[in-house]
Amino acid sequence: MITLTINGERHNLDVDPDTPLLWAIREQMGLTGTKFGCGIAQCGACTVHLNGSPIRSCVTPVQAAANQNITTIEGIGNADTGLHVIQQAWIDEQVPQCGYCQSGQIMSAVALLSENQAPSDEDIDRAMSGNICRCGTYPRIRKGIKRAAAMLTEEQSDG
Amino acid sequence: MGKWSRRAFVTTAVLAGGTLAIGIGIRPGDRRSKVAGLVAGEEETILNVWVKISPDNTITAIIPHADMGQGVHTTLAMMLADELDADWSAVRMLEAPAHEEYANYAMAKGYTLGEKDFPSFLVDTVDGFFLKATQFKDLQITGGSTSVRTTGMVAMRVAGAATRSILKQAAADAWQVPQEELETRNSYVYHMASNRSAPYASFADQAAELSIPPVPVLKSEKEFSIMGTDVQRLDVPSKVDGTARFGIDVVLPGMKYAAVIAAPVFGDTVKSVDSTAVQNMRGVRKVINFGDAVAIVADGYWQARQAIDKIVIEYESSGNGDVEQSDIFDQFTAAMDSANDDGDQQIDLEIGDAEAALSASKKIVEAEYRVPYLAHATMEPMNCTAWVHDGECELWTGTQNPLAFARKAADAIDMDIANVTLHNQLLGGGFGRRMFPDYTIQAAKIAAQVPYPVKLIWSREEDMRHDHYRDANISRFKAGLDAAGNPTAWINQYVEKHDPAEAPHIPYGIDNQFIHFANSKTHVPWGNWRSVDHSLHGFFTESFMDELAIAAGKDPYEFRHDLLEKAPRFQAVLDLAAEKAGWGSPLPENWGRGIAIHRSFGSIVAEVVEVEIKGGKPRAHRVVCAIDAGYAFHPDGMRAQMESGIIYGLTAALYGEISIHRGSVAQSNFHDYQMVRMKESPEIETHIINSGESIGGAGEPGTPAIAPALTNAIYDAIGIRIRELPIKNHDLRLEDHESKDVA
Repeated sequence: MITLTINGERHNLDVDPDTPLLWAIREQMGLTGTKFGCGIAQCGACTVHLNGSPIRSCVTPVQAAANQNITTIEGIGNADTGLHVIQQAWIDEQVPQCGYCQSGQIMSAVALLSENQAPSDEDIDRAMSGNICRCGTYPRIRKGIKRAAAMLTEEQSDG
Repeated sequence: MGKWSRRAFVTTAVLAGGTLAIGIGIRPGDRRSKVAGLVAGEEETILNVWVKISPDNTITAIIPHADMGQGVHTTLAMMLADELDADWSAVRMLEAPAHEEYANYAMAKGYTLGEKDFPSFLVDTVDGFFLKATQFKDLQITGGSTSVRTTGMVAMRVAGAATRSILKQAAADAWQVPQEELETRNSYVYHMASNRSAPYASFADQAAELSIPPVPVLKSEKEFSIMGTDVQRLDVPSKVDGTARFGIDVVLPGMKYAAVIAAPVFGDTVKSVDSTAVQNMRGVRKVINFGDAVAIVADGYWQARQAIDKIVIEYESSGNGDVEQSDIFDQFTAAMDSANDDGDQQIDLEIGDAEAALSASKKIVEAEYRVPYLAHATMEPMNCTAWVHDGECELWTGTQNPLAFARKAADAIDMDIANVTLHNQLLGGGFGRRMFPDYTIQAAKIAAQVPYPVKLIWSREEDMRHDHYRDANISRFKAGLDAAGNPTAWINQYVEKHDPAEAPHIPYGIDNQFIHFANSKTHVPWGNWRSVDHSLHGFFTESFMDELAIAAGKDPYEFRHDLLEKAPRFQAVLDLAAEKAGWGSPLPENWGRGIAIHRSFGSIVAEVVEVEIKGGKPRAHRVVCAIDAGYAFHPDGMRAQMESGIIYGLTAALYGEISIHRGSVAQSNFHDYQMVRMKESPEIETHIINSGESIGGAGEPGTPAIAPALTNAIYDAIGIRIRELPIKNHDLRLEDHESKDVA
């Protein structure tokens, strides 16, 4: 038995400890927003947060994540609980096309914004170049991150 | 419009709960015509759109196209809603089930005819569609950049206009007023004279009684209220919170998982399987030999994947196990040479006398170009969930061609097509790959052997090594310039021809042209890859045009502009791209600017690239794109498709290379089949011309021009001419590069 804390909830899973976290999240937990893309940490579709930092769940053994805080796209926000500024900016900029890579893109962008609220183009390049998008949404992702950063700044000056 | 009643039908009904359903079918019509033989029965239709109006006045359209990221559901919904005068906030789209009634002949026609105009919907669907229709009987395709061009123009707008007409008639009957006094907007009918208004849904009962098909009158452009605007896409919210369900996300009760490995060499077969090592592995349930591949079913996908790595498979050779990429190019060269020697040239286009004009020219320019095989590499690897139960087979997958997939699966497990149901899911990228049903056939075969549903997922390695590839090719050019530097002869030879037929043709006014090809098959499977043959010929022809401009001592933009004197649409697109890019304005050292223009799928696209060469590598900073697709129904969607097509083509130009080693694909994953990433992504601006000409596509036309625009920019920057893709194989630091000299 391995205990995982995903999106704030504890779960005991009967799974081989070497199983990549990705498959535990998708198959055992039924959280399918996190995607399989390459299996070798090259494309970023499987990005989740481990204690707030982005990791590639396709190469992270489930035992390495035991008893730590895992956040998936489902824990970031939705229309009912309230969208994260990144999600809102993604809608405003009409970022997704096929949408398959976007969970991973959003997880990387949320992590970037959480530690850098005014990212430069270079910061965006660094934080986002681990996530591949075959539909070529990069220019809109860049605009989306900048829009979200501006929204955060506005919120703070209003607050 | 008298033909409307014969060639189309409208059916109306009130469903349980008070929902009004309106079915609009457009069928081949005149049964005495040549079309008659293609029509199986009275009910067979070539396009079939259903519109439902619920009691809460929500409007749902059921359409026969998959959305693979191109936003087509939104654009088609806009076309319907505008003609229907619907409340946009209460319009929904549903993808039609895989059923023969949705077999999309108009799509087949649009794809088949490529460049040909597609004018008034009735005449063309009736008279034009059957050109190759017999070959396309199973098609319910999303591809060829045709959803908006055919389904949208032919069916969605007509359905919207017809539905509005029925509702107006119903309201006129109910209120006992003349139809002419009625207005429609926001899904309401208004009678201003009596100050009455009512939602569309309130006329469900009356509308369902109407039996006379209306004559739909389409709006003119100035009457559009939704078409031509930047509405938000309907699918975006579900794609930011993880709730969008792709094929790979399907979950069924008791479902198991399968991994697969196919014979690495295309054509090889499985001789023996030793599964001793996996017998006692946790979760492993079954090993299945397909003859050309082996699958393992397990409780979890990871268990299946680990097991597939441990089984020992021996393959029976098909005789291709020694083939190297260089052998394939040698084979092409030999085929081209022998076609020329034996006079066995396959003629593509012949205008004037190119050989004679070449001999008479003042200057001859020659060049040879090469492109490699390319994989699609959709972000979502191929996958399909299948369940055979109670004599039926259910399939869940993302496909660009659901009807053919269902049929192929039915054939593979010897089941009647009537007992096979395919539930199409969101596609995590298509680009042409999801036209090929190999993965769905495998899933059906697995499901036929087990009593539970199985989700088959290809590894990225399997996806890359068993794709249907954009072909490798060689293109040779010879052209003659007269004393003024004007081209008088254009001779082009390439290998193998696929679709669309006009891909190698040029828009320029050159009086003598001879374009031909040599057949040369290989054992590597071919597939439609975003823009198909345009993806290679755009690079070939627009690179060589640049070489001609340089040889003529002319500016590459002005050279093209002058040769497009008789093609004003092209000229306008070229001029707009050049103007917006600031063509001719100074750039820093080691920066360059390149231009290219190419028409595909009815749309003309010009692109200007600004590139910087740094440390021997190119960095495209900015791309300015101009497109004339006739009319942009959803301008932001069109811009998004241009961005998408450009980055897809940029990846191919910079990095794309599938090479054959020992008969199989040498690359396996994103570390050796590289993609453009954020740090290499250029700024892209798109400028749209609404020329009012016939409607062109958007999904593919952004791709062909980007490779030549980039390599032309590299030449402009440092004088190195790239004649073989990908660019990554060239060292741009060499000053005395062999390709620098032209002619």
